[in-house]
Amino acid sequence: MRNRVILVVAAILLAACGSTSGNASTSPSIGGTVSVFAAASLTAAFNALGTSFQRANSGVTVRFNFAGTPTLVTQIEQGAGADVFASADTANMAKLKGDGFAAGTPQVFARNKLEIVVAPGNPKGITGLADLAKPGVIYITEAPTVPAGKYALQALKMAGVTVTPKSLESDVKSVVGKIELGEADAGIVYTTDVTAAGSKVTGVPIPDADNVIAIYPIVAVKATTNAAAANAFIAYVLSAAGQAKLQSFGFLTAS
Amino acid sequence: MSLDASIRLTLGPLDLDMAITVEEGEVVALLGPNGAGKTTLLRAIAGLAPFSSGHVRLDGKVLEDSSTRQYVPTERRPIGFVFQDYLLFPHLTVQDNVAFGLRSRGVPRQVAAERASRWLDRVGLKDYSRARPAELSGGQRQRVALARALAPDPRLLLLDEPLAALDATTRADVRRDLKRHLESFEGIRLVVTHDPLEAVALADRLVVMENGHLVQTGTAADVTEHPRSQYVADLVGVNLLRGEAAHGSVKLASGQVVAAAGAELGAVFVVVHPRAVAVHRTHPEGSPRNVWSGRASSIELMGNRVRVRIDGAVPLVAEVTPAALRELNLVEGGEVWLSFKATDVGVYPA
Amino acid sequence: MRQERVPIVIVVPAAIGAAFFIVPLVGLIVRSPWGDAVTALSAPETFEALKLSLIASLSATAVAVVLGVPLAWVYARVAFPGRDLLRALTTLPMVLPPVVGGIALLLAFGRSGLLGAWLENTFGITLPFTTVGVVMAETFVAMPFLILTVEAGLRSMDRRYEEAARALGASRWRVFIRVTLPLIGPSLFAGAVLCWARALGEFGATITFAGNFPGVTQTMPLAVYLLLPQEASFILSLVLLLVSLVVLVGLKDRWLGSA
Repeated sequence: MRNRVILVVAAILLAACGSTSGNASTSPSIGGTVSVFAAASLTAAFNALGTSFQRANSGVTVRFNFAGTPTLVTQIEQGAGADVFASADTANMAKLKGDGFAAGTPQVFARNKLEIVVAPGNPKGITGLADLAKPGVIYITEAPTVPAGKYALQALKMAGVTVTPKSLESDVKSVVGKIELGEADAGIVYTTDVTAAGSKVTGVPIPDADNVIAIYPIVAVKATTNAAAANAFIAYVLSAAGQAKLQSFGFLTAS
Repeated sequence: MSLDASIRLTLGPLDLDMAITVEEGEVVALLGPNGAGKTTLLRAIAGLAPFSSGHVRLDGKVLEDSSTRQYVPTERRPIGFVFQDYLLFPHLTVQDNVAFGLRSRGVPRQVAAERASRWLDRVGLKDYSRARPAELSGGQRQRVALARALAPDPRLLLLDEPLAALDATTRADVRRDLKRHLESFEGIRLVVTHDPLEAVALADRLVVMENGHLVQTGTAADVTEHPRSQYVADLVGVNLLRGEAAHGSVKLASGQVVAAAGAELGAVFVVVHPRAVAVHRTHPEGSPRNVWSGRASSIELMGNRVRVRIDGAVPLVAEVTPAALRELNLVEGGEVWLSFKATDVGVYPA
Repeated sequence: MRQERVPIVIVVPAAIGAAFFIVPLVGLIVRSPWGDAVTALSAPETFEALKLSLIASLSATAVAVVLGVPLAWVYARVAFPGRDLLRALTTLPMVLPPVVGGIALLLAFGRSGLLGAWLENTFGITLPFTTVGVVMAETFVAMPFLILTVEAGLRSMDRRYEEAARALGASRWRVFIRVTLPLIGPSLFAGAVLCWARALGEFGATITFAGNFPGVTQTMPLAVYLLLPQEASFILSLVLLLVSLVVLVGLKDRWLGSA
């Protein structure tokens, strides 16, 4: 009889310890749905973050909306029901904040670098940014209003390379998609996108000297209907566990 | 030079098996009730309805022959077709409609326009050359349809119920004009109609059709005096019976014997005009040898005549004056006796 | 002239239906930054995009007419095994999400596509990222509208006019050009207008198959999308709207097949 009591007490203690794993909030008061609008380049990483966040907080459901950053800003400003916004650059975040849609101060949670993405095996033999201008190479990039597109133009300018893209896509995923389909030979995306595409593409690194660091801020949306869960998610992203997961997808540390 | 057509086809409930020839110089009217297959036959001659066996030859040239699998497409047949609804092209002017056949056969625009204009003049519609068909009256449209069919100088003219779409008052006038144009047309002419008056007015020879088969052919006089089917008899308005003739009498299928003058023998038709049928309330005295009893099943007042349908051993229609009807004190369903003289009976071989 | 009163059962839904369209348009007009209108409109990209939109949509309509009318004719006049299936397949782009249509075009005409690979290897022709690609994408989504309307027109016309023409000696080609086409004129016109309107607004298939580059493949809808969330994009949308409005109003009832 006493053994059983000890076992029960031990079980309770263990359960209490277990529920403090990671830094995910254990406050039983958060629940409901939290809608996270995140840049397309965060798709794989945030999906994973969402899963572990939900596992730690059984009462919460995380719903994601991934798209090009400018598209997300439009949607939020036109009243779409977002609770959290994760941007791929500071300019778009500044617009959102300047227009009065952010709650509190945005915080940088990750950084990213650019990489050239090509078909598996690099059939056109691209070695660097200069090769993008080689005749016979179909180069595509993101539209300049999309953060990745802006960064790409910066990188090319710094490297002194002039090349006309065949298409300006609406987000990084479209660029990767067309490389995978074989429609284009090369594109500039984030290193995380190359990692996420796995064996379907090959990446050609851009030396740090020519590279651009993309800065990703995150903020709760002012019109959120679930501030508690929104802030909890942001806290999780910024936590050690969240950061570790982001880095496992290839993102650079926040600072 | 003639049209020689023999056609067998099945179209829905209609089984058609007809042979018809039209010689140069005669206008033939194809007469029959609705559903007889007249329009179908006309369309088959034009190449617009496929047939299972038979042939169509015009002036000795084969237009279609199922045994040799020859088929000349409609557009290459030298025909003019006037449709029942005229089918004037609504998006073209009257003159362009008339010129259509010429233009289709390669006549230059200017020449076609002139010839079309002349045709419109011939049918009295010169002032309407720029009008659209929708602006014309029924009679005017009929004339345009005729001009359109005649302008390319066809060899064979086919008219499908040319006056059917007109109201009674215009019909008579248009019929007169049509007769004039038909007479001046030099090719082969075949008119389809369900109106016996029209047939008799326009044609030299009648071909009577019923249920896809030939019933009778002959001049108007032949057909009306010697009907060979109930349909024609009804059209002409006479009583028609069939039987076996022998020695001045005819034995009907019902067993009754009709006394008739004449020396016919064998299968015969018997015709008795309704006016020749006398109606009595009691068994008549005197000479008539053809006397039967019956019941007046219907009494129809038609202007200054009365048609009495009598059912009985020998069912007939009698025609009396309204005064006679009053005298007889006859009502529908009343018992009567009918009689007619042997000399009033027409008998001819079946 | 006395006009019969329209029953309320009709007026109410009709009014709601009209409002459903009018309110968003009014919203667009009201929220547009009219102060920046001149800058937005005089940008060279705007002119390029509008020019490209008009050229591509008109070309797509022309292709749709040349290919679609014969197809509609076959559907309406020729009975052959599998006709219903074929008709369903060629109508599919109407219900397919346009992006999926774009992917399908890539799989067929892209560089590794069924036909695209052969085209590139034999003739050196690539279709994605070209203006021709834009026309193809627009034709793919818009042609079904034309086929549908023309087929309906062919089925409902009185075919005896064609017989009358043949009896007058017209060859089959002449019958088609001089009689059939004029008689289905209203349907053909309506179909072409619907087709053109759909082509003008096409986005998903275009950006997926042809890509997006100013002057080459950036049509107005693409330009608007990529300019978002800048409110200048609203102005551009209104330009597109205005062009369409002018055309549609100018046509009045003619494209609805009035007598």
